[in-house]
Amino acid sequence: MIVAENINKQFNGVQAVKDVSFEVKEGQTMVLLGTSGCGKTTTLKMLNRLIEASSGKILINGKDIFSEKPEILRRTIGYVSQNNGLFPHFTVAENIAVVPELLHWDKTRTSKRTEVLLHQLKLEPSEYAKKYPDELSGGQKQRVALARALVSNPPVLLMDEPFGALDPITRAGIRNEFLNLPELKNKTVVLVTHDVQEAFELGDRICLMNGGSIVQSGPARELIFKPVSDFVKNFFGHQRLQLELSALKLTDIWEMLPDSHAGKAPDLDDDNSLWEAMEVLSGSNQERLIVVNKRSKAVKTASLAELNNAYQKVKQHP
Amino acid sequence: MMEQQLNLWQFMAQQSDKLLDQTITHIGLTCISLLLAVAIGLPLGIWIAQKNKAAWVVLGIAGILQTIPSIALLGFMIPLLGIGSLPAIVALFLYALLPVIRNTYTGIRGVDPAITESARGMGMNKWQVLKSVELPLALPVILAGIRTATVINVGVATLAAYIAAGGLGEFIFGGIALNNTNMILAGALPAAFLAILLDFLLSLIQKAELRKMRKIAIALPVLLLLLSSFYIFPNAQKKILAGFTPEFMGREDGYLGLKAKYRLNIPTVVISDAVMYKAAFEKKIDVISGYSTDGRLKAYDLVTLLDNQTIFPPYYASPLVRQETLVQYPELEPTLNLLSGKINDSIMTELNYRVDYLKQLPEKVALDFLMEKGLYKKPKNGNAGTIRLGSKIFAEQYILINMYKMLIEGNTDLKVTSRTGLGGTKICFDALTNNEIDMYPEYTGTGLLVILKPTKNKLDQIIGSRDSVFSYVQHEFQEQYRLKWLKPVGFNNAYALMMRRSQAQSLKIKTISDLKMYADKKKEL
Repeated sequence: MIVAENINKQFNGVQAVKDVSFEVKEGQTMVLLGTSGCGKTTTLKMLNRLIEASSGKILINGKDIFSEKPEILRRTIGYVSQNNGLFPHFTVAENIAVVPELLHWDKTRTSKRTEVLLHQLKLEPSEYAKKYPDELSGGQKQRVALARALVSNPPVLLMDEPFGALDPITRAGIRNEFLNLPELKNKTVVLVTHDVQEAFELGDRICLMNGGSIVQSGPARELIFKPVSDFVKNFFGHQRLQLELSALKLTDIWEMLPDSHAGKAPDLDDDNSLWEAMEVLSGSNQERLIVVNKRSKAVKTASLAELNNAYQKVKQHP
Repeated sequence: MMEQQLNLWQFMAQQSDKLLDQTITHIGLTCISLLLAVAIGLPLGIWIAQKNKAAWVVLGIAGILQTIPSIALLGFMIPLLGIGSLPAIVALFLYALLPVIRNTYTGIRGVDPAITESARGMGMNKWQVLKSVELPLALPVILAGIRTATVINVGVATLAAYIAAGGLGEFIFGGIALNNTNMILAGALPAAFLAILLDFLLSLIQKAELRKMRKIAIALPVLLLLLSSFYIFPNAQKKILAGFTPEFMGREDGYLGLKAKYRLNIPTVVISDAVMYKAAFEKKIDVISGYSTDGRLKAYDLVTLLDNQTIFPPYYASPLVRQETLVQYPELEPTLNLLSGKINDSIMTELNYRVDYLKQLPEKVALDFLMEKGLYKKPKNGNAGTIRLGSKIFAEQYILINMYKMLIEGNTDLKVTSRTGLGGTKICFDALTNNEIDMYPEYTGTGLLVILKPTKNKLDQIIGSRDSVFSYVQHEFQEQYRLKWLKPVGFNNAYALMMRRSQAQSLKIKTISDLKMYADKKKEL
């Protein structure tokens, strides 16, 4: 869906992005991760030409992005900027209607679509459509920004630190909503963050960047268990245990879990991480939890000790 | 205090026609120039917000314009645009430009870059970002600039009265010149009120919430246009137009007298003394109120009209000396009288012309004159005492003072110190009575009207005759202040109406009565 080949960016002779290449498959979420100044935001903005690449090739949906005017290109790509970027002088509805106006939608189509989105994002239209951004909480603003980016149903969504301005609790909540939003199920997303936990939760693939180059890219599990350098290893050093448990899905240890015959409703599916399974166990009085395999519909069970055992085995032979 | 207030209201009620006219002109000048400043300054500010290099240059130039004193800026306008509302509007426009440009620039620059970036990120082009995002968000700052410009313009517009553009300045400067507090307040209070009112109206708009900004952006120009439309540009050149100083407009021995005694009724604009003669020369106006011995009379080839019904009192110049000094140094009086009768109007005009226009030093002009008349003697460098001379702050007085200095030093053993440039009549007179100077040249008319201020009856009795004015003034000064008027120098620097020589000749106008007849005839046609 998105292909970047050897893209470079110089600002006044300083190389901000060096020879970056990646591919994002349709429906995947790719996270650009790194410390500030590593070139991740620059890389993102080159995708919708808010920053023009100095050299390199970028294709979206097989089409060269340099073949049309940047404004026209951007109208087909959803964009959520840092700090939400809502227009303070526009109501929620007007903010969401910006792109439809640019695309000359008629009013009823826009308002219907706005209602659908606001419902999905749990903002009751009758209450919120006429409010101004400064009357909303941080989390609500972020949801409006998301709705604004999604309104024209673009296949590609670019997000620049979308949850950066939120407190940790709101942040986790919105992230969860984001993961479960039906609108986002088959979107191709590129997301920039410096939050490792966020990257592990949201990213199908993670590109870890440093000094303008990609250091390692791949699924979270690869980055944490098979780091290509000390830089990558140290980057995840801080919360290693949690990250490792987050990177491992129940499906990765499926074979090591005993079958369940309890006949109870499942607590989780095999797409959930070990970390999430442990959170469920420690948060309830249950000793064991029930997991269902999404494809085979097989049901297994796991205790804290069994999860820990499986984790240790994977760690020794990644 | 109560009485003064009452008088002020009475004055304003009595002058309500004029006041309304001036106020409308004032609002018109302010709003038109403001509208122009917004029309030019706003796009310019928007443009420089995108081009940082140009911002330096544009803000620099607008800043320099702002530092030019307003009266000087109006002065610069005269050679380019003449007098009247056009140069006044241009000058006001230039003043309003800086706050508008700077606030537009600052306002747009101050918009959160995250917001403009997200606007671009959604696919708005430059123009759409400007129209829908940058301008509405910058509007409160831009409005603050327009408010500043408005208050500045209401203030500066008072100066428009100096170049015949009208406005509340006519009362203010007339009042200052005539020392008439009511007249000053009748101009100053409405001007202040106007500034407060316009500022308040704009502040209402500015305080309106951000979300209403889009409506305001349309409403504001419409409002300004509406206010401007009250003011209609003065019609094309009249057949014959008079330009009088604010002072002259309010004087009994000036415009009021012309109306009362001559029944002269011609279209009149108010204009400052500084530009009046030139404006007459350039045919912007036809009749002016000048001083008979002003050097510019010669420079611009103007002639004075005969005051055939004597409304202008004589302004004969004489040395005004402390009685004590004359007693202490008896040789002084005959020495000062040496100049008596030696300088008539045309000689004095010529001497003034050499200083004012040929830029010769007053010392040189004085010396040349004394040499020519055979009055000059080398200084004796005596040590018998010191005479302190004073003078007002214009060329004629400098020339006279230099002549007296040379005469005293050549004919007596006295030394001379001089304190020239003592502002106006009041300062010179106080210096004399407080024994800070011994003498200065004064004019009989000034002594009569400014210092003595006789009753109207007394004035009517004596004003027609040069000798009765002189003897009255001489007598009263001796009695009241122990100051002596010596013999007059000879010239009469009185008020006079003046016209271009060519025009006066072709219309055969020699006296003020001729002028009245011509003006009346014009009206009948």
